[in-house]
Amino acid sequence: MNNVLKLLLEGEPLDTAQIGKILNLGAEAVDRELASLRTQGILLGMRAVLNPSYEAERRVRAVIEIKIRTEGTGGFDGIAERISQFEQVESCFLMSGGYDLLVVVTADNLYKVAGFVHERLARIEGVQGTSTHFFLRAYKKDGFVVTDEGTRRDQPSVSP
Amino acid sequence: MDDSARFVAQHVASLPKSGIRDFFAIVSKMKDAVSLGIGEPDFITPFHIREAAMTALEKGRTSYTDNRGTLALREEISRYVAGNYGPEYNPEDEILVTVGVSEALDALLRATLNPGDKVLYHEPCYVSYAPSVTLCHATPIPIRTVSSDQFALDPAALRAAWQPGCKVLVLNFPTNPTGGTANRQKLEEIAKFAIEKDLLVASDEIYSELTFEGDHVSIASLPGMRERTVFLHGFSKAFAMTGFRIGYACGPAGVIDGMLKIHQYGIMCASIISQEAAVEALKNGRESMLHMRDKYRERRDFIVRRFNELGLPCHLPRGAFYAFPDITSTGLDSMTFASQLLAAQKVAVVPGTAFGAAGAGFCRASFSTSYERIHEAGERIARFLDTLPARK
Repeated sequence: MNNVLKLLLEGEPLDTAQIGKILNLGAEAVDRELASLRTQGILLGMRAVLNPSYEAERRVRAVIEIKIRTEGTGGFDGIAERISQFEQVESCFLMSGGYDLLVVVTADNLYKVAGFVHERLARIEGVQGTSTHFFLRAYKKDGFVVTDEGTRRDQPSVSP
Repeated sequence: MDDSARFVAQHVASLPKSGIRDFFAIVSKMKDAVSLGIGEPDFITPFHIREAAMTALEKGRTSYTDNRGTLALREEISRYVAGNYGPEYNPEDEILVTVGVSEALDALLRATLNPGDKVLYHEPCYVSYAPSVTLCHATPIPIRTVSSDQFALDPAALRAAWQPGCKVLVLNFPTNPTGGTANRQKLEEIAKFAIEKDLLVASDEIYSELTFEGDHVSIASLPGMRERTVFLHGFSKAFAMTGFRIGYACGPAGVIDGMLKIHQYGIMCASIISQEAAVEALKNGRESMLHMRDKYRERRDFIVRRFNELGLPCHLPRGAFYAFPDITSTGLDSMTFASQLLAAQKVAVVPGTAFGAAGAGFCRASFSTSYERIHEAGERIARFLDTLPARK
C-alpha cells in the first residue's frame, strides 16, 4: 500500500508537513501524492472522527434496511444511486441476505428521519418496504473505542 | 524520626539508586511532557489475550499452580521455543515460569553464584544486571560495547574482560537500551569462549521477536551450548503484556531445579490468570505480534533518521524499540543533557549512564510511541539544540 495512505489510515492527527517529515518526502510531495490518490478515486476525502456521544446531542442517526423490487425499475444500482443523492444519507450499501440496501442516515431529530422514510424513501418506485433502527449508543466508531476510560493511566512516563 | 534505614543490610544500603527513578519523579510531575522514556510497548495487550485472562477469572481459575507453572503453559513454551529458537526443553523439568524475566534472572543468579564469584555482562545494559549480581555478594564485570560496532558484543572484548573466578556470562540480544544484536558468527565465537572457560550463559532474549534485520539466533541453539545456557524469555515485549508479569527460564534440569528452590520459597508461583493469558498469546498471538513489530520498525526508521538529521549520530538499532543517539556534540554529559532537555523543552529521554558507565555520551529514546509524539519530540529537541553554545 502507498505509504502516505498507510499513514493516513493509522488515524493519527498529522498534517502534510508532519507526514512529509515522517516519510522523508517533503510537504509538497505529500500534497502531490494526496492529489493523485484523489484523482485516482482512491481517496474520497478526509474528515474528523467525532466522539459519537458529542454528535448524539446534536444529531440522531439511524440505519434503514430497504427491500427492493427490481422489475420495471432501474434495478439495484439505479435505486441505490438515487437514494445516495439525499443529503441525509451518510452511506448506502447493497447487501446480501434478508434485505437489499442498508442506508445510514443522520438528521436533527427522530421526526426528520421519520419524514425522510415516509416522504422520500417510501415514494421511490421499487422500494417495497423499510425497517428503521435508531442508534442509541456507540462503543466503537471507525476503529476508535469510545468507552475506554484511560486504560493506561498507571503507566509510568519513564521506565527501564 | 525514621531511622529505620539502620536495619537495611550493608550491601543493600550501598547499592546506588536507579538513575531512572529520580528521573521518573521529575517527569511524572510535569504536565504536557513528551516522554520517550517509556520502556514498554505503547500497545495495549491484544484483546484475545486479555479475554483469555477474563475467561480464567470467569471460570474461577484463581488458585495456585504448580511451582514450575501450569503444565499447559510449559508445554506451549516448549513448542514455541523449539519452533522459533531451536533447542528442545522438557516441560516436566527444564522449564520454569516466573514473574517476568527479571525474576528469572534473579533466581538464576542466586541459584548459581557463591559469594565472590564474578559475572560478565555487556554494557550499556538493562538496569538490573549489575545490582542483581551485587545482591548475590558476587562481582559484576562489565564488557564495554560501542556504537561503531552497533553495540554488538565483540568476542575479543569478552576475552579481554575475563578473569579467574568468572562463572556466569549474561547476554541480552537485542539489547535494551542500544538495540544491539549479535549475528551467528559472533555468537559462535562467544559460545566457543564460554565452553573454553566453562561459563554458564544467561541469555535474556526478551526482545528477540522484535528483531528488524536478519534472523535472531539464540546462543542456546549452538553446538555444546544447550547444556550450559539458560534461555530467559517472557511475554512483556513481543505480546505487549508487561503488566501480566510473566517470564520463563529454559535450561538443563540441574540449574532449573536450583532456581525452582528460590522461586518456590520466594514467589510460590506466577499468577494463574497471567499464565492462562500467556497460553493464549503463544497459541494465537503471532499475527498481532508481527503487526506490532511492523509498527515499531516504521517508527524506528523515522526516529533514527530524525536524530541523524539533528546532528545527534544514531546507529540503526536492529532490534528492540530504543534509539540510542550519541549526544557528545552537545558538549553536555548524558545526565545534564537529559535534565536540561526536560527542563527546557519538556522532552523526556533516559540518560545513557542509567545503563552503566558505557552509556556515557548517549541517551535512550523509546520509539514505542505515536508518530505524532516522535515528531513533536524531534521539533522540541531541535529547538533545544539551537540554544546550546557547543552547537552554534
